[in-house]
Amino acid sequence: MTELNMAQALNAALDRALADERVVLLGEDVGQTGGVFRVSDGLLEKHGADRVIDTPVSEAGIVGAAYGMAIAGLRPIAEIQFMGFSYPAFDQIISHVARIRNRSRHRFTAPLVVRVPYGAGIGAAEHHSESTEALYAHVPGLKVVVPSTPHDAYGLLLAAVDDPDPVIFLEPIRLYRSARGEVPEEPYTVPIGTAKVEKPGSDVTIIAYGSMMREARAAVTELAHSDIDAELLDLRTIVPFDSETVMESVTRTGRAVVVHEAPRTAGFGAEIASQIYEQAFYSLLAPVERVTGWDTVVPLRRAEQHYVPSVGRVVAAVHRVMET
Amino acid sequence: MTEMLQILEVDGTLVGESPIDDSVIRDLYEAMVTARSFDHKATALQRQGRLATYAPYEGQEAAQIGAVAMLEPGDWLVASYRDGAAMQSRGYPWTQLLLTRTGDERGGQPPAGVNVLPPSITVGAHMVHAVGLGWAESLKGTGAVAMTMFGDGATSEGDFHEAMNFAGVFQTPTIFVCQNNGWAISMPRARQTASETIAQKADGYGMPGELVDGNDVLAMYDAAARAVDRARRGEGPTLIEALTHRNQGHTTADDDGRYRSPEETARWAVRDPLERVRLYLEAGGMWSHQWQKEIESAATAAIEAAVEEAESLEPFTAEEIFDAMYAEVPPPLANQRRGAAEAGLA
Repeated sequence: MTELNMAQALNAALDRALADERVVLLGEDVGQTGGVFRVSDGLLEKHGADRVIDTPVSEAGIVGAAYGMAIAGLRPIAEIQFMGFSYPAFDQIISHVARIRNRSRHRFTAPLVVRVPYGAGIGAAEHHSESTEALYAHVPGLKVVVPSTPHDAYGLLLAAVDDPDPVIFLEPIRLYRSARGEVPEEPYTVPIGTAKVEKPGSDVTIIAYGSMMREARAAVTELAHSDIDAELLDLRTIVPFDSETVMESVTRTGRAVVVHEAPRTAGFGAEIASQIYEQAFYSLLAPVERVTGWDTVVPLRRAEQHYVPSVGRVVAAVHRVMET
Repeated sequence: MTEMLQILEVDGTLVGESPIDDSVIRDLYEAMVTARSFDHKATALQRQGRLATYAPYEGQEAAQIGAVAMLEPGDWLVASYRDGAAMQSRGYPWTQLLLTRTGDERGGQPPAGVNVLPPSITVGAHMVHAVGLGWAESLKGTGAVAMTMFGDGATSEGDFHEAMNFAGVFQTPTIFVCQNNGWAISMPRARQTASETIAQKADGYGMPGELVDGNDVLAMYDAAARAVDRARRGEGPTLIEALTHRNQGHTTADDDGRYRSPEETARWAVRDPLERVRLYLEAGGMWSHQWQKEIESAATAAIEAAVEEAESLEPFTAEEIFDAMYAEVPPPLANQRRGAAEAGLA
């Protein structure tokens, strides 16, 4: 076991993945400079320029080329530098990557990973703070995963590379350095499609993912001071959604608070709430609360703190469901 | 650069050296006649309501068949919805081509070993796929290449630029074959680009470009063979612009009389790709009415067998539409699948 931050854990997973000669990593600045977040640091030197590939500034090209490589039997990992820059590659993802298996009834498949750093709270320039995972969740044929710990980042990335289907792998930028945790020495995977009960509890279920797990964890601690015993679920996979774990928890606690930084309307929290109402309605003691980003563009740095859900907003939402 | 490669003149005489011997020319003629028979049959089926909209390739048989004739089994072809002649030449069955037009995803399922992707319905997004395919073959060291076919309209899409750019930067073994038939539905080529030719765009990406008479099957074969050879030797991509003509409308739903003149049709009729080969073969004592009839009957029989096979398939059930989204149906989708099946019983 070693203690690593999330960027280091991802680096270790990429290194491990590249041991399989079918795996290539391609994207802007991934090779020579080791990635703008240093996630691919050292990999070019170790695995060579055939396998760790610096590309032109060309997101549709990166994903479209990765798609062709995957069909031909490689296992490409395409990096898009920021979620806000993944939109030029949307057509390749939606019209082709997500569909080729269905279009050809399994004859051709696209086992690729698109790694996408995402999320706000780093005071970045415009477009660099996006959290639009709901757009990907809405496209049949994709899997969408988002780790919140170094342990899960490593395991989910290896699972994504192994997966026979295309995976959009979201990396919470705010947690690259700040999330620290134990990562085993021996390679392992974390199954895609499984949510995790990070902390059991009996009064309320808090469901969160990605960088919001940090706020959610702090909220759980603060709530304990008010004698509220919250159960904390880390979703880890958005699609395919692990409703079994979520419903087991919510039917037991009777209360649910969903937390995501993405905009409120049609955010993935709406899907979670909707499913809870469909499957656990008669167990609910209060309506489902959603603590989300607003339906605004993420403000630039000077006003950004008004946008990202704070610990206080999560705590307040829990108090509301407890008082109902 | 703007000089067009021509080997077989319109009147059937050789004006250059043929890249292939006469027995191969006969084979290509047979393939083009067969392809044209299929195209006519598909159009007729659409008029009978047995196919949904069909995009005819009549007039483009030489551009397609000539371009792919020298590809090897491991090579890839990524082509558009109008490239049935090329695709079938490479082993994509007539049955599957028909199924893509009757509306059945089994049309996207060529046999194992046929490295031809389902016809691309989107315009302009698929050329970059051939970049990735060729790149992968190069990394695997197989020597296989990837050819992609697209029209003049596709060269306006951003993904054409990204494909050409990647191919040039990474020197992928990708052969770009643009069938410039002068029209993108009703938009003439002059509206697609201010560039004098499409072939010269290759310069902008650091690769060779060649302008070819697309209705000259020998010129197409020659240009493609040289491009494929370069790619296989690791010398990178090539852009071939094949000047050709779309005899029919964009699809069976299009009324091309609204934007094209009878004069244009007449001008291109004398440049027909099949007729000039027939004239060449006839002059060499290698064509007869008897042989022509034999080709046409064999084509009709093969195509009718394909129609029967395509029409005999049962459409998918409600449950089956869930079964090819992922390698295994994930639990949430399995729940929906159950719901869809139950709804069907109501």
